[in-house]
Amino acid sequence: MADDKLYNDIPGTIVFDSDMAAKGFHLNQFCISLRMQANRDAYKADPEGYIDRYPMSAEQREAALNQQWNRLLELGGNIYYSSKLAAFHGINFQELAGLMTGMGSTAYREMMLNGGRSIEGNREKSEWQDN
Amino acid sequence: MAYVSSGVACSHVPVLGVASDTGNTDDDYYGPIFKGFEYSKQWIANEKPDVILLVYNDHCTAFDARIIPTFALGCAAEYAPADEGWGPRPVPVVKGHQTLSAHIAQSLILDSFDMTIVNEMEVDHGLTVPLTLMFGKPDEWPCPVVPLAVNVVQYPAPLGSRCYTLGKSIRKAIESFPENLKVCVFGTGGMSHQLQHERAGLINAEWDERFMNLLVNQPEKGSLIQPIEYLREAGSEGIELVMWYVMRGALNDTVEEMHRFYHVPASNTAVGHLILENR
Ligand SMILES: [Fe+2]
Repeated sequence: MADDKLYNDIPGTIVFDSDMAAKGFHLNQFCISLRMQANRDAYKADPEGYIDRYPMSAEQREAALNQQWNRLLELGGNIYYSSKLAAFHGINFQELAGLMTGMGSTAYREMMLNGGRSIEGNREKSEWQDN
Repeated sequence: MAYVSSGVACSHVPVLGVASDTGNTDDDYYGPIFKGFEYSKQWIANEKPDVILLVYNDHCTAFDARIIPTFALGCAAEYAPADEGWGPRPVPVVKGHQTLSAHIAQSLILDSFDMTIVNEMEVDHGLTVPLTLMFGKPDEWPCPVVPLAVNVVQYPAPLGSRCYTLGKSIRKAIESFPENLKVCVFGTGGMSHQLQHERAGLINAEWDERFMNLLVNQPEKGSLIQPIEYLREAGSEGIELVMWYVMRGALNDTVEEMHRFYHVPASNTAVGHLILENR
């Protein structure tokens, strides 16, 4: 593509572009299906049987079944889809962020109460390599 | 004739809907946020718009991955609150304004904005949380709503400059509607926030303030902010802020800022809010 994907230089961020969307299609359709109570019941009753209705890759399937939240995004998932899977497991957006950042809920909540993650040192991937 | 009287910008953080629905709007965490909207509730009670045109985004709720419309205009008689995984919000069904919606759709398309028309749609927190923040918990929403859903989830979202021009075209559409209706335009989403991966929790208060100043006083210039700047400086989900430019485009070049509120945090997000009146 002509687009030079400047945004791939942002650290700790997966931009959900058309390539990622194509890669994540079936995974994301699985996640959004959990918006409906009947599907949540079916997934709860038989996780593997239910997820196999969606022809996703073996990696995606494993990441979904094992709740690997960052991996899901790296494999073409998007946060607004994966949040439906998180909701199924009783995890809200802030708890999910606590998991994805590796900080845990308490430290993450504390960071947010103190004004959030600063932009300083978090603009470019090179700034993360020094640590 | 119909006319645009004012604009409201506000974040639509889902947890604020939860706080309202569960009666926690007075606690230490949420109290300061809902206080920031006390003026707004008074203001809109006096303003009494006949219709709200509400610009928001669907968060992979009504639209799944099969169809991603960049600009989708709701033309239905009503819009039910959607189940986003936790059960639907216990808030009133949103009534539409079908004749105004149909007129705006036609007018926009003939003005070169090729809208997607949606005749049946559930609405998620993107649309219902701003109504909660502005109106509290009424038995019925006080006026009908024309929803305009913008894709900001799959990159690329429409450019800020395109959203701004769309706002201008919406204004023309409203002003050519024969009924005498007072329309308030809402632009929702933002402010800086990132919900995903290891950089989640990003907040850029300085950037947010600059964004609001440009939006109010130099919209032409502010509308030129590029996608990469939103993503980098305001977080991957901060790009929702382009939707504020649809609202701004529907107003006069000169507006009066009646109210501004900014607060960190609500969940992962910086809450921003403006009330603008035409001058
Ligand atoms: Fe949003």
